Amino acid sequence: MLEIKNLHASVEDKEILKGINLKVNAGEVHAIMGPNGSGKSTLAEVIAGQEEFEVGEGSILLEGEDLGELSPEERAHKGVFLSFQYPVEIPGVSVTNFMKTAINESRKAKGLEDMPANEMLKKIREKSEMLEIDRKFLSRSLNEGFSGGEKKRNEIFQMAMMEPKLAILDETDSGLDIDALRIVANGVNKLRGKDNAIIVITHYQRLLEYIVPDFVHVLHNGKIVKSGTKELALELEEKGYDWLKEDAVV
Amino acid sequence: MAYTEEELKKELETKEYEYGFYTDIESDTLPKGLNEDIVIAISKKKEEPYWMTEWRLEAFRAWQEMEEPEWANVKYKKPDFQDISYYSAPNKKPKYNSLDEVDPELLETFKKLGISVDEQKKLAGVAVDIVMDSVSVATTFKKTLAEKGIIFCSISEAIQEHPELVKKYLGSVVPQKDNFYAALNSAVFSDGSFCYIPKGVRCPMELSTYFRINQAGTGQFERTLVVAEEGSYVSYLEGCTAPMRDENQLHAAVVELIALDNAEIKYSTVQNWYPGNSEGKGGVFNFVTKRGLCEKNAKISWTQVETGSAVTWKYPSCILKGDNSIGEFYSIAVTNNFQQADTGTKMVHLGKNTKSTIISKGISAGQSQNSYRGLVQVNSRAENARNFSQCDSLLMGNRCGAHTFPYIEVKNKTAQIEHEATTSKIGEDQIFYCNQRGIDTEKAIALIVNGFSKEVLNKLPMEFAVEAQKLLEISLEGSVG
Ligand SMILES: Nc1ncnc2c1ncn2[C@@H]1O[C@H](COP(=O)(O)OP(=O)(O)O)[C@@H](O)[C@H]1O
Ligand SMILES: [Mg+2]
Repeated sequence: MLEIKNLHASVEDKEILKGINLKVNAGEVHAIMGPNGSGKSTLAEVIAGQEEFEVGEGSILLEGEDLGELSPEERAHKGVFLSFQYPVEIPGVSVTNFMKTAINESRKAKGLEDMPANEMLKKIREKSEMLEIDRKFLSRSLNEGFSGGEKKRNEIFQMAMMEPKLAILDETDSGLDIDALRIVANGVNKLRGKDNAIIVITHYQRLLEYIVPDFVHVLHNGKIVKSGTKELALELEEKGYDWLKEDAVV
Repeated sequence: MAYTEEELKKELETKEYEYGFYTDIESDTLPKGLNEDIVIAISKKKEEPYWMTEWRLEAFRAWQEMEEPEWANVKYKKPDFQDISYYSAPNKKPKYNSLDEVDPELLETFKKLGISVDEQKKLAGVAVDIVMDSVSVATTFKKTLAEKGIIFCSISEAIQEHPELVKKYLGSVVPQKDNFYAALNSAVFSDGSFCYIPKGVRCPMELSTYFRINQAGTGQFERTLVVAEEGSYVSYLEGCTAPMRDENQLHAAVVELIALDNAEIKYSTVQNWYPGNSEGKGGVFNFVTKRGLCEKNAKISWTQVETGSAVTWKYPSCILKGDNSIGEFYSIAVTNNFQQADTGTKMVHLGKNTKSTIISKGISAGQSQNSYRGLVQVNSRAENARNFSQCDSLLMGNRCGAHTFPYIEVKNKTAQIEHEATTSKIGEDQIFYCNQRGIDTEKAIALIVNGFSKEVLNKLPMEFAVEAQKLLEISLEGSVG
């Protein structure tokens, strides 16, 4: 599904990603953990095509196709979805209107007609019920005045609506209480399938109890310094990151 | 596609005027220049009664004594009033009963605008009085209106058929000598619309007029008069778009609204005249006097979406004369490239318990200047007057300007005046967020601008709101490359 080879990325001449290698197959869930500032969000945004970052060496392949030359929206049309760590506000644009536009723009890119209104409504109803989102919430301005938890739940709602091939969740668990975490994890698990892949970025092992990963990677100072199975997350919870930092130096 | 603020600015600037074309219809034009003989000739051509000719001459004499005003925030080359032809009419002039009889070239024009008359007809409940180059060439739905006693016709026809009403109300809200442009309009207005709603009648449909400017070097002087008798209601739509051309076109319209006791008038405008090219050349000069008078418990709402014109100077106003009367002003003004807009409103509180609301949304791109100028005046006898004003500006890039000038004059201590103002910028992070969801930058800007303008767009009648959204997109999107 996704293959990242020796990826380097920098901003204002400061190198942030220093040679990332990562292979994610269809049907897999990968967790990326690591201390603050290690480059997790940068990696997520570079995959999504954020042009603020300059990609030097390396490549990102989605189903064998090099994403390098593609705009963020073209990547989205190919099925890349990013649940943002800090979702932005768009005043006056309702969640529903935003989703309708997003879905129809993606359909247009594929040469499809707009989704019929009743189908759209049915889908909205289904996904909002799954994530226990109040209908009134969907007519509010996107992320404006949303609590931290509401923003994250809304990101997952959008993910459920867009049904991406590759979903990257950047600290979706932060700001969620335990009930919300369960609901959101349930929504993510519904997307899991043999044709999809999910990358979960998190600080805490807590989320991984609900979304059980196939692989866990530790990102430190722009590099993946350790990879393992879900047991690695538990180990990190216990020991912190420091022992790995020393490893990295070696 | 790469996106940076720099590129966004470029995109916005390269947007050419999409509706640039004009229809070639033979017309019958008076020689250029303005003097008493021309004023008399206009009146004669329109077969007007003597009192009307005299009224025009009075205005002309006043105008000659007046100075063209200067404004701090608008700079332009002043029009040469002797180099303008003050009258032109399509020479195939019959009144059409059905749209099939309308000049096919005109219908073609509407097609290009994406507001074909066919489409209009399907929009149930919309009567269209098309003003083509100063003279009405098509009027529909007249019968339905006539059954309710509603008069909706050209002002020329009203002068012929309903002289008593015209004589009573014309100039009663905007006197001939009100200002330089109003005086000019009063002297030479060639056409416009007249609307009269009898006592207690709710007009069953939106009344709609499309304005067009067409003849090279012809100024456009529309005159609109709307009278809502006691307890009546009408929603009036005005919309326009102009052909692309090199030389500046002057437009000086006057709109007068009269809402008698318990009456309500909603007046909505979508204005999309040629703003000039990206170097700031050409474009329409739009100097408009719009004013409404509210008697007891009456209500007037002005809603406008301004995307066109090189220079716009426009302050739809409400005189809240009657007790408990209400005035509202909802406005979206978009400026791009070298456009200059100085718009706003005046709310004059004379009666007790009068209320006014002002919501102004300014969107500036390119090197344009967008000014809001509002005056809230509370008279000494206006007990418990209330006003709420909100002025929001959205900037794109660093070379445009947004200015807010709220003037408040209060002569009664019981008044409650609230003013809020915000300025924001479209953020790259907002654009990236949209891009990530598969929405390209052009569409993202349209979405963000629509969101910003929502409170005002919501005030427009449904079919007009759709068109207004299209105009917002056209005036701000660039060809992404
Ligand atoms: N736009 C930017 N400009 C400058 N530095 C940045 C920018 N974005 C991220 N960084 C820096 O890159 C490093 C990695 O950041 P980030 O990817 O957000 O880390 P994480 O998500 O792992 O906490 C940090 O040192 C951060 O300050
Ligand atoms: Mg982060």
